[in-house]
Amino acid sequence: MLRVAGVSVHYGSVVAVDRVDLTVADGEIGAVLGPSGSGKTSLLRAVAGLEPVASGTVTWDATDVTAVPPHRRDFGLMFQDHALFDHRDVLGNVTFGLRMRGDRTEARADRAREMLDLVGLTGYEHRRIDELSGGEQQRVALARALAPRPRLLMLDEPLAAVDRERRTDLASELHRIIRATGTATLLVTHDLDEAFTLADSVVILDHGRVERAGSARAVWRTPGSVRAARFLGVATELTLPIAAGVITTPWGPLPAPDDIGSTAWIGFRPADLRYRAEADAAGAATDEVTGTVRATWFRGDHSVSHIDTAVGALVAVGRDQPPIGTSVAVRADLEAAVILDSERYAEPGL
Amino acid sequence: MRARIVLLVVTLVVAVSACSSGSGGSANGTKTITLVSHDSFAASKAVLRAFTRQTGWKVRVLKNGDAGTALNQVILTKDAPLGDAFFGVDNTFLTRALDANVFARYHANGSDAIPKALRLDPTDHATTIDFGDVCVNADKKAFAARFEFRPKTLEDLTDPKYRNLLVVENPATSSTGLAFVAATVAHFGDHWLDYWDRLRANGVKVVDGWEQAYNGEFSGAAGSKGTRPLVVSYASSPPAEVYFADPQPTVAPTVSLDATCFRQVEFAGVLRGAAHPDGARKLIDFILTQRFQRDMPLQMFVDPAVPNTPLPPVFQKFATVPADPFTLSPSEIGRHRATWIKDWTAHVLR
Amino acid sequence: MIAGLRRNVGGRLGAAVLVLLPLTFLGLFFVWPVGAIMARGLFAHGSLDLGPIDDAFRDPALRHVAWFTAWQATLSTIATLAIALPATAVLSRFRFAGRALVIAGLTMPFVLPTVVVATAFRGLGVDGSLAAILLAHAFFNVAVVVRVVGAAWVGLDPRAEDAARTLGAGPVRTFTAVTLPALRPAIAAAASIVFLFCFTSFGVILILGGPRFATLETEIYRATAQLLDLRTAAALSVIQLLAVGVALLVASAAAGRSRRVSRTVATGRQISALREWAVLGAALAPAAVLVGWPLLALVRRSFAHGGSGYSNLTTTPGGASSSGLHALGTSVEIALVAATLATGLGLALAIAITRPRGRRRGGRRVVARLTESLAVLPLGVSAVTVGFGFLVVFDTPPFDLRTSWWIIPIAHALVALPFVVRATVPPLRSVDPHQREAAALLGAGPARVWREIDARIAARAATVAAGFAFAISLGEFGATLFIVRPETTTAPVAIFRFLARPGATNIDQAMALATLLACVTGIVALAGERVMPGRRSI
Repeated sequence: MLRVAGVSVHYGSVVAVDRVDLTVADGEIGAVLGPSGSGKTSLLRAVAGLEPVASGTVTWDATDVTAVPPHRRDFGLMFQDHALFDHRDVLGNVTFGLRMRGDRTEARADRAREMLDLVGLTGYEHRRIDELSGGEQQRVALARALAPRPRLLMLDEPLAAVDRERRTDLASELHRIIRATGTATLLVTHDLDEAFTLADSVVILDHGRVERAGSARAVWRTPGSVRAARFLGVATELTLPIAAGVITTPWGPLPAPDDIGSTAWIGFRPADLRYRAEADAAGAATDEVTGTVRATWFRGDHSVSHIDTAVGALVAVGRDQPPIGTSVAVRADLEAAVILDSERYAEPGL
Repeated sequence: MRARIVLLVVTLVVAVSACSSGSGGSANGTKTITLVSHDSFAASKAVLRAFTRQTGWKVRVLKNGDAGTALNQVILTKDAPLGDAFFGVDNTFLTRALDANVFARYHANGSDAIPKALRLDPTDHATTIDFGDVCVNADKKAFAARFEFRPKTLEDLTDPKYRNLLVVENPATSSTGLAFVAATVAHFGDHWLDYWDRLRANGVKVVDGWEQAYNGEFSGAAGSKGTRPLVVSYASSPPAEVYFADPQPTVAPTVSLDATCFRQVEFAGVLRGAAHPDGARKLIDFILTQRFQRDMPLQMFVDPAVPNTPLPPVFQKFATVPADPFTLSPSEIGRHRATWIKDWTAHVLR
Repeated sequence: MIAGLRRNVGGRLGAAVLVLLPLTFLGLFFVWPVGAIMARGLFAHGSLDLGPIDDAFRDPALRHVAWFTAWQATLSTIATLAIALPATAVLSRFRFAGRALVIAGLTMPFVLPTVVVATAFRGLGVDGSLAAILLAHAFFNVAVVVRVVGAAWVGLDPRAEDAARTLGAGPVRTFTAVTLPALRPAIAAAASIVFLFCFTSFGVILILGGPRFATLETEIYRATAQLLDLRTAAALSVIQLLAVGVALLVASAAAGRSRRVSRTVATGRQISALREWAVLGAALAPAAVLVGWPLLALVRRSFAHGGSGYSNLTTTPGGASSSGLHALGTSVEIALVAATLATGLGLALAIAITRPRGRRRGGRRVVARLTESLAVLPLGVSAVTVGFGFLVVFDTPPFDLRTSWWIIPIAHALVALPFVVRATVPPLRSVDPHQREAAALLGAGPARVWREIDARIAARAATVAAGFAFAISLGEFGATLFIVRPETTTAPVAIFRFLARPGATNIDQAMALATLLACVTGIVALAGERVMPGRRSI
């Protein structure tokens, strides 16, 4: 099990990583999620031993590895740009770690073939690196990182260099491969899909500090801060009063969590608010809010619209693309609402 | 990789073997003395072997650049001399050697036989070995084709008839050039620079060294692309042209002009602080014996200083020794050498 | 914790050795002797006397010499680049039969003794003029540009040019906006080497320029070797070193930051269309004529008298210590050792200079820059100063190296060291740090990382550098002449001695030996192309 305790990374006077704690259990995939510049890559490099830590420890099981040089940590890292050795062919890349370990030639070739089969590149042994597509390079990088059976696999934005239509496929493939090998994995990314598709647990990092940590599900449901909520896709923000432990929303009452005071901050992701053109029905139902379309985007299988209403501006999805200025009715999935104490998170500009 | 290691090993072996073969000699009982000289030094192997047979000393010859450079090195290293004896300072540089006190005093056996006119160091530090005459040489064929007569005297060289025909060496970089300047000083006295002004007006060409002048510019040298039929060279150059031609011609292609000659006298001496002064003295003695003196004409193209030394046939047939060459005392040359060169440079080059 | 500690100590020790070994070499064989000989000129009666430098600055004749030195070096560099760059372009971008031969041929002049080249150039009828100096400098230095710029050109990422083309840039615009800026560090490096070569040029000025032309280098030679005026020589040396320092600074500013070299090597286009052959011919013609003419003249001359010059090379002429062929063998032996020394020390220095650092510290960067400059300084010091310095300092047994075999390869290595450092630092700087990290995470220790990653990437440059070091040693003449021993007569010295005697047989042998020397260089260059690591090379 990987345990990172109080790790800080400094570049001169700049604090890139500020006292971060996190754990990744055996067989688990942990994700560090944050916008670019949040310090996630520095954190990853510190775990790998590539960046000296200013304070804190990195331990594996019960052993402190903070001072162990990278090549003796037995951690694998897949670089964002893959960092493949293009003076070697595919086989040379995949067997590199095995050679470092001193494996015999045949054992190396066997293991490499196994890895190439696993990533779906059977027969690619002698291809040159610069002949491969981005996705193929990504899979070679993964095979190279996995071949020496590292105790921890680290992935830096693993899908960033892959074209969009292949991303979903590759994400699930990555998931399958990691599960198949059962390797503890630490993933850093700025991409929500990537993090929540792959990870069991998620740490949200911002300005070098941990904003929120927990299981993927818990973090998604309760981001813990307005900033984290926005980062996790919340686009509609409402401030609503609480009376007798119940939040009064335009869509009906919502039970307030215990630790919340007199006003609640309610957030919705676009997918949790749905609109329909009013012309479709006789008028708005009781669980619907009406408003005027201010802007709208066609997204193929659905559309996203900004809607001005009496309660505030909503960002909702709908099947059609209503003309700007027309009136629509919006229905909410109250169960998906993100609820925070508005007093505590009163910084409006945050 | 392996190939490169093999290459490296081979290199080192070659290096070490070359090294050991270079420094051997003193181990097997024969004593070796070192003779420091200039690049023009040459002696037959047989002659040097005869010296070893007679005295038990082997001779190692270090050639250190042209005459001026070799002497300057001897002066620079006089606290820890490079060898035991030095051969090759001439009368134009004699005072520099004597002032720097590089020679130990030694009155060589056989030096009494040398004509007084050639014995220029009465203090017995530098022993006269040979002499030669720096004279203007003419390409016979070129003159036969274009002129009725060849020039004879220094004055003739300024005759507009012989415009653009002469090439000389720079006295700052060539001892031959310096000797020719000395000839003009000896002949014209205080008006020698006027003579050079006239030479310049008559299209004299200056090059830096003898080999450029002779092989590059002079039309009479074997295989030369040169275009000038007059060059400052030696009285011994015509026999050399014959001797080194294959097959040897019956008539020399060039001729030296007897009335233009300056006599160079060459000296040797025992170096002060020599490791083997005894062997060095024996070597100086040996150089004055017939065995060595007879060898010198065809080795270094100089005339032996010891009278009645039999000359090789090619010298007897093709060489002339000018009866009345120009001379200057070493002390006069030593006093004015630097000023002459400076003034000459200002008049002829700038 | 302990492992980490050990790594630090081991790493620092290794780094210290990497720096100290070459620095000791430079200190012992360069700074000390040169300092000693200059001290003799500048320390009058035990105290520093800068009077000679002041005198030199005031002397209008010497001021003129200094000005001419810089002027001819600038013109020569421009001429060299103008002739060599088009050739480099086509040699980098096209593949065609005989390409390796052309490259080998362009490299050959590099080792030819000036005395020999001069005879060929005289045939052009331009000697004694500035034109002769410029042409000869270009002749000698085309190889530097073709090699240094070519290596960078082949390594350029072709995608950047493709990108420019898709953004609407025509071929010319692409070249000026993308290719040229990417090549700038290499061009600046090559230009600075050529400039330094021409600035400190000696034989070309003396022989082809003639006595009318004087540069700082020739004046230092005259003052030291002929006049034994160490005061003036030291003053001129100081001025020359200052000028070289300024030139290096300008070059490093012009080079800008070195770029990351792409590891995807351009495959080069196979030539097929007639039009492409025409372009190739036009681009190669100036360099080919400039280099080919004197070379051909030399070869033709060497076969005069039925090739007897060659057959005579096996015999030991009277008075010489060995035959011409033996001298050639000696030269090759010495060149092997010198190239090994220079490449080893130069690489060590280059590694130390470019070693990746965990923490970015400005101080170390400055040290690295200074070290790099020190390594290049031997280029700025006259061979006669080094040669005489050797004689003055290495005179006490057991360190009496003056008569040792080793002194020649050491001197040659000293001359070659700047090239090795200059050639290997840029590619080592360009190594993608992620590749190093990837290797480390896959279990490679620091030394292994270097071997697996840096060495592979620097190998091409190191091979080029080793070849250069070999060629430099083969052709070195200026310093050798002062320290040569009967057992160590090298081919250039033997050629010089043949030429110093009258008569056809001597000239024939000189020309034959010079031709053989050029051939050895060509063969080594060709072999280097073959064994060159990496798929393609220049």
